[in-house]
Amino acid sequence: MDYATLLQILDSTIRLATPLLFACLAGLYSERAGIFDIGLEGKMLMAAMSSASVAFLTGSVWAGLMAGILASMLMAGIHGVASITFRGNQLISGVALNFVASGITVLVAQRLFGQGGRTPPLEGEARFNPITLPFAEELQGVPILGPLYYEVISGHSLLVYIAVLTVPLTWWILFRTRFGLRLRAVGENPAAVDTAGISVVGLRFAAVAITGILCGLAGAYMATALQAGFGREMTAGRGYIALAALIFAKWRPVAALWACLLFGFFQALALRPDVVQAVVQVKIPVPFLDALPYVLTVLVLAGFVGKAIPPRAGGEPYVKER
Amino acid sequence: MTLMKQFLGAAATLALTAGVATAEPAIIFDLGGKFDKSFNEAAFNGAERWAQETGGTYKELEMQDEAQREQALRRLAEAGSNPVVMTGFAFGDALSKVAPDFPDTKFAIIDMVVDAPNVKSVVFNEHEGSYLVGMMAGLASKTGTVGFIGGMDIPLIRKFGCGYAQGVKAVNPDATVVLNMTGTTPAAWNDPVKGAELAKGQKAQGADVIYAAAGGTGVGVLQAAADEGILSIGVDSNQNYMHPGKVLTSMLKRVDNAVYEAFKEGTNLTPGINVMGLANDGVGYAMDENNASLVTPEMQAAVDEAAAKIKSGELVVHDYMSDNTCPAATF
Repeated sequence: MDYATLLQILDSTIRLATPLLFACLAGLYSERAGIFDIGLEGKMLMAAMSSASVAFLTGSVWAGLMAGILASMLMAGIHGVASITFRGNQLISGVALNFVASGITVLVAQRLFGQGGRTPPLEGEARFNPITLPFAEELQGVPILGPLYYEVISGHSLLVYIAVLTVPLTWWILFRTRFGLRLRAVGENPAAVDTAGISVVGLRFAAVAITGILCGLAGAYMATALQAGFGREMTAGRGYIALAALIFAKWRPVAALWACLLFGFFQALALRPDVVQAVVQVKIPVPFLDALPYVLTVLVLAGFVGKAIPPRAGGEPYVKER
Repeated sequence: MTLMKQFLGAAATLALTAGVATAEPAIIFDLGGKFDKSFNEAAFNGAERWAQETGGTYKELEMQDEAQREQALRRLAEAGSNPVVMTGFAFGDALSKVAPDFPDTKFAIIDMVVDAPNVKSVVFNEHEGSYLVGMMAGLASKTGTVGFIGGMDIPLIRKFGCGYAQGVKAVNPDATVVLNMTGTTPAAWNDPVKGAELAKGQKAQGADVIYAAAGGTGVGVLQAAADEGILSIGVDSNQNYMHPGKVLTSMLKRVDNAVYEAFKEGTNLTPGINVMGLANDGVGYAMDENNASLVTPEMQAAVDEAAAKIKSGELVVHDYMSDNTCPAATF
């Protein structure tokens, strides 16, 4: 494998890892606060449809992004009401929302555009176009690092850089702010938080709202940056891979970045079976590469690679008095 | 009493006419969806053409998941739809179970052969059409490398890829053909993001013309090719209009004609195998104002010459599905 091929695969890795990263961090906020969210997929799908539709109708990708975030937050709000206010089963609420999203996105897009649940292709200002970072052209001649900077790091859409910046931000919020401490506490021992006179319900809703924002970014990235429009079921299970990445990263933000990059790398490798064969000298079936993220996650869950301990109060509605 | 009889008679006549009226044709679309801009949409256009010309109505159904196939077929047959047309090889198993239970209903299946006395099987010589667009790709390529992106990895899609590779090699024996499949499950028909990444990967390997035979995934391939400034080739329907000036041509598979014919024959549908190839306009390539600037007269002349030879039988394009091997490419 030559250097140019490696760069191309890394380039592809970053594009494929970005939606995973947004969704993974979204899940992180929610689960750290004690709300399991299996509905990342559905939120991404809703955001993808809303952002593509609004971006097409207004011609502005920013309006589309806002619409995507709002739609995703609406879904997150429903999940919050069901699982926090009414203390419903979080998994069932998430699964139900996934089904709702799968159907309603196609229905709305069909009603709006009549193209079979697809949105019309976006052009120009209605799309996040790739941006070239400063000095990328000039530094291209520098050996090894120049092409790396030009091919892999530069030339992505704005949302990719936002995704990467969200990682240190999340770390800072969770581990260096009062809000973050309380958020983590509410996922471990909500009764203690309540005793301290802080609203458990309020904190959990705040976490779910952040989940909505991040899933909105993930969906908008897929529909307006990676692709130029929404298509039926276009998230293709990425919400679940993000959940797997979250477990693999053991609910830590920086580890989540590496987990998503690793899973993105596997997806990028699966696109180049010829390269894999040239490197390992054996023909590896593509479905095996596709399944690798899940295999790794099972290994982590089974305790082979360290120990994955979910937030202690995760999945349980908080009841103030019995 | 006589009045009662009259009423009964009237009711019976009504019931009879209603019975005739419900013998309307039906069509079932496969998982790619009615508006996949490709295979299923072509079938839909054929049905619409029939409806407009005859003023008739037809029933339609879109598959949502694998498990519905047999049930959907039985439903339509029980409801009196005749003939029942289905698009896609995946209906093969379900139809061979259902067809014997409804001997008076005629079925037509596209892309698959089902051996039953009341089934018409329509298959296409996709390798011939793919050969022609392969020639165009070989002639249009400046790098000498072209790409192929298939949907689900099944023999039928390999047949597309094999015909394409042969066409490329016919005009440029030294050309490299990069072949990729999107996946091994039906979800591979509907993953535009993966299609786009595959296209970008092929471009990195030097490909400057990419042929997508991947249903809804192809939308992503065509989009990525247009973004990256290389050419693409559409499939099944004429997809030249999707990115004017950036889609070299489209391999036409006249699924619309097959559906139209089946609807037109109605209950008199002739059972058996119906092969649609170049000779009877079942496949071909698309030329319109969107790709006129991309196709030179020389290219068109070369392709038309090959088409004439295939029609006369002078040139035989190898069919992957006949022996599961391909002389021009390895899968």
